[in-house]
Amino acid sequence: MRLRVNPIACTGHGSCADLLPELVSLDEWGYPLVADGAVPPELARRARRAVRDCPALALLLTADPEPGRR
Amino acid sequence: MTGLLARAGATPVTAPHGLPRLIPAGAGADPGLAAHLARLGPPAHSPAGAAPQAGPAIIAAAQAAGLTGRGGAAFPVHRKLRAVAAAGRPGRAVAVANGAESEPASGKDRSLLWLAPHLVLDGLQLAAEAVAAGRAVLYVHRDPDLARHLADALAHRAAAGCDRIATEVVQAPDRFLAGETSALASRVSGGPARPGFAEPPVYERGIGGRPTLVHNAETLAHLALTGRFGPGWFRAAGLPGEPGSMLCTVHRADGAGHVTEAALGTALAALLPGLGGPGRGEVQAVLCGGYHGTWLDPAVAAGLTLSRASLREAGAAPGAGVLAELPASRCGLAETARVARYLALESAGQCGPCFNGLPRMAAALAELAAPRPAPRAEADLRRWAGLVGGRGACHHPDGFVRFVASALGVFRDEVAGHARGRCRATDRAPFLPVPAPPATEADWS
Repeated sequence: MRLRVNPIACTGHGSCADLLPELVSLDEWGYPLVADGAVPPELARRARRAVRDCPALALLLTADPEPGRR
Repeated sequence: MTGLLARAGATPVTAPHGLPRLIPAGAGADPGLAAHLARLGPPAHSPAGAAPQAGPAIIAAAQAAGLTGRGGAAFPVHRKLRAVAAAGRPGRAVAVANGAESEPASGKDRSLLWLAPHLVLDGLQLAAEAVAAGRAVLYVHRDPDLARHLADALAHRAAAGCDRIATEVVQAPDRFLAGETSALASRVSGGPARPGFAEPPVYERGIGGRPTLVHNAETLAHLALTGRFGPGWFRAAGLPGEPGSMLCTVHRADGAGHVTEAALGTALAALLPGLGGPGRGEVQAVLCGGYHGTWLDPAVAAGLTLSRASLREAGAAPGAGVLAELPASRCGLAETARVARYLALESAGQCGPCFNGLPRMAAALAELAAPRPAPRAEADLRRWAGLVGGRGACHHPDGFVRFVASALGVFRDEVAGHARGRCRATDRAPFLPVPAPPATEADWS
């Protein structure tokens, strides 16, 4: 599982960084910087919660490595 | 099938030898459908074509030719065709010719649509056959004259019975990002021409939720020729690993500009007189790949060729073929700052890192372009570059960062000079073409 942000939907509430500081920090404008790589199993539960609690529904958990866009 | 097409099918043609292939030399105007068919024979998709081809054969030919996209990303054509063909049942897909060339410094797709529209339209039909599309769209920037020209070309094709499916022309607003694939899909679906978070990708769910094939107009022109004359003919130009030719928009230091077709692997010095010929010394930098591209030192550029493999050594890429010489008389930082401001204003304003970062970076560049800039401007610029790259729904921030970072490298002496209050410019007139800002922020449809 990987954590991704839909950058169009994201409005910088920052709740993901509060709930999951191990994987998400905020840039100087309040938008999330998500750690690369797979979500470690011990953080999976809180990652799911962060996804559920995002007020903008902008945080996603994807099963596979990010497929090529375009 | 009417007389025009049957006559073209009955008259043998010889494959064009050498370059140019796409726009006949000296063509000052579109010669029209009859002359197009007389020169090249009937299109490969038509019943009069030399070998009417089914989808898999068209895709196999594109693969054997090694044709890649000419819109900038150089993605293999056969892979896109195969992905769209596999994504839905026959008749469901939409095939699009993307002629909404957004680089202000590029004029090649516009030239192609004015001078050889039937080649693009042949390619669109062939691509539509390849993916069994039920709809064909030609997407161009809003331009009443061009729209009339294309409508005439389509009327002639309809009268001659050239095409299986009619091509609709859809016009896009004059915005830098309007030609981005997901923006295109949104616009043709009736929405704004803004990039989307393309998930699932456009080739699976694009226009109206249908599998959507989007190819650059020039790419389709090459496909049309490959369909007629075969992969071996296509590979007669270019490099084994990067076959064929591409259209380039060349801007010379003396202010002249033109569109030319060059084989992949052509020395940049053969395209840019300032890199070796009599213009040597007049050029202080070369912009390669347009406003999402890379500034190069002329001494470096002189040793490179027009190919991904060669340009990669210098952190550059051919992109959509923009090559611009910056005259020695101009300030590279001032030119970069002007373009950066334009690009920042062309952000769709959707993604936080882009709408926060790009205007700040453009302002920091304007600071660096002025005498005795605030000492922190360059450090700010480098930090923000690290924050915006890779964080947009589209590649606008990535291209912006590439362009700006290359400027800080190539114009480092100028940065140092400005810190001491000195600038090399003897001419402050703008050099690179930058359109006026949009009339209204909301004009995305």
